[in-house]
Amino acid sequence: MENKKTELKVSALENGTVIDHIPAGHVLQVMRILNLENFEDQIYFGANLDSKKYGKKGIIKVTNRFFKDVEINKISLVAPTATLIEIRDFDVTKKSGVNIPDTVEGFAKCINPKCITNHQQITTKFYVTDKVDLKMKCHYCEKITKKDDVEFL
Amino acid sequence: MNNRSLISINDYSKEEILQVLKTAEEFEANPRQKILKNHVIASLFFEPSTRTRLSFESAINQLGGRIIGFTDASSSSVKKGESLRDTIETVSLYSDLIVMRHPLEGSARFASEINDTPVINAGDGANQHPTQCLLDLYSIKQTQNRLDNLDIALVGDLKYGRTVHSLVIAMSMFKNIRFHLVSPIELKLPRSIKDFIVANGHSYKQYTDISAVINNIDILYMTRIQQERFADQLEYERVKNSYVLENSMLDNSRDNLRILHPMPRVNEIDENVDSNKKAHYFQQAQNGVFVRQALLATILGLR
Ligand SMILES: [Zn+2]
Repeated sequence: MENKKTELKVSALENGTVIDHIPAGHVLQVMRILNLENFEDQIYFGANLDSKKYGKKGIIKVTNRFFKDVEINKISLVAPTATLIEIRDFDVTKKSGVNIPDTVEGFAKCINPKCITNHQQITTKFYVTDKVDLKMKCHYCEKITKKDDVEFL
Repeated sequence: MNNRSLISINDYSKEEILQVLKTAEEFEANPRQKILKNHVIASLFFEPSTRTRLSFESAINQLGGRIIGFTDASSSSVKKGESLRDTIETVSLYSDLIVMRHPLEGSARFASEINDTPVINAGDGANQHPTQCLLDLYSIKQTQNRLDNLDIALVGDLKYGRTVHSLVIAMSMFKNIRFHLVSPIELKLPRSIKDFIVANGHSYKQYTDISAVINNIDILYMTRIQQERFADQLEYERVKNSYVLENSMLDNSRDNLRILHPMPRVNEIDENVDSNKKAHYFQQAQNGVFVRQALLATILGLR
């Protein structure tokens, strides 16, 4: 049932990406991470929609925009349940989930104020040590940054 | 990734650690081999640490090596705002190996990945100080002839002490270690490290008084308790004297007991302990030279 409804909404999009099943309360965060706040084409988004699987969910539809893997990885840190649906010429051409990567490079900030990456121009790098209750170990200072503490650069 | 650098004790396997300790024995027997006479070693101390710096300098000098560098960042280009990347890139052109101390955590790892010049971490903030850990292991092995099946008491600030955390993690690579953790309630060993002990098949007990364990241990590892760690100054005044070792406390201790301390001490070991044959902390400091010689030789491919 839910799939059908999604397909209907999706069908309104000629070309672009639907990001579905965003956990409740994270829609604006996902928009910010993907830098959609400055996007100039049409974007539709909804929050607190009913979802059979997840209770409440959010959805974002972006016109004429497709995402690279490295961008998808960013979403997975706050929206591990998200589904990406790519639409070309009104047809669903690709459906995929998002995966929390083993390593997170270049877009998250280390929680440790004394970490070298917070003082010099250094690309951050983390090893994900817990994918369920997100924990990432900094490659440099070896401190753990947890889900609730993740900030994006 | 530069595999020759030593940044964190976690980079070394048990076998690699044992190999370094074995090489250090060779340097203990003969510390003045001029194997570095054609080498230049950079010693970059972005913050002062006289004890560690002198130990490295002695190790290098005794092996005939030349040293360039600075002893604190205030007199260097770093103060003028040069990035760590630029400093390391430049110094790499002048030297064969970089010994580095820096107040920011992760700085040594970053430095080791800039180019192929190997880096030895001489302390990066509160993160790692692997040569200290290796000299601690060397001193335990030297005095007990083994690294398995030991009763080790750790005394003092077990919460914030980087040295203690590294030592516990490194000793957990060996077999059947019983850790005796002696600290004020406020400064207990963090839960994550206690879990690590158990997960690796060892055991621990916690105490608030040295006298409760002193007769049943092989190693007594003392550390300093810093006043600023206490939110309640009255509490500090109350506990500070419970963590001072006096010679008379050693009367019924095991014959093989040896006392270690990362130094410098303030007052946590009374000077009347120094002449006791169980006092091993000055020898431990000297061991730092042999271990650092072994590391320099190993990393530079001379052993
Ligand atoms: Zn960090």
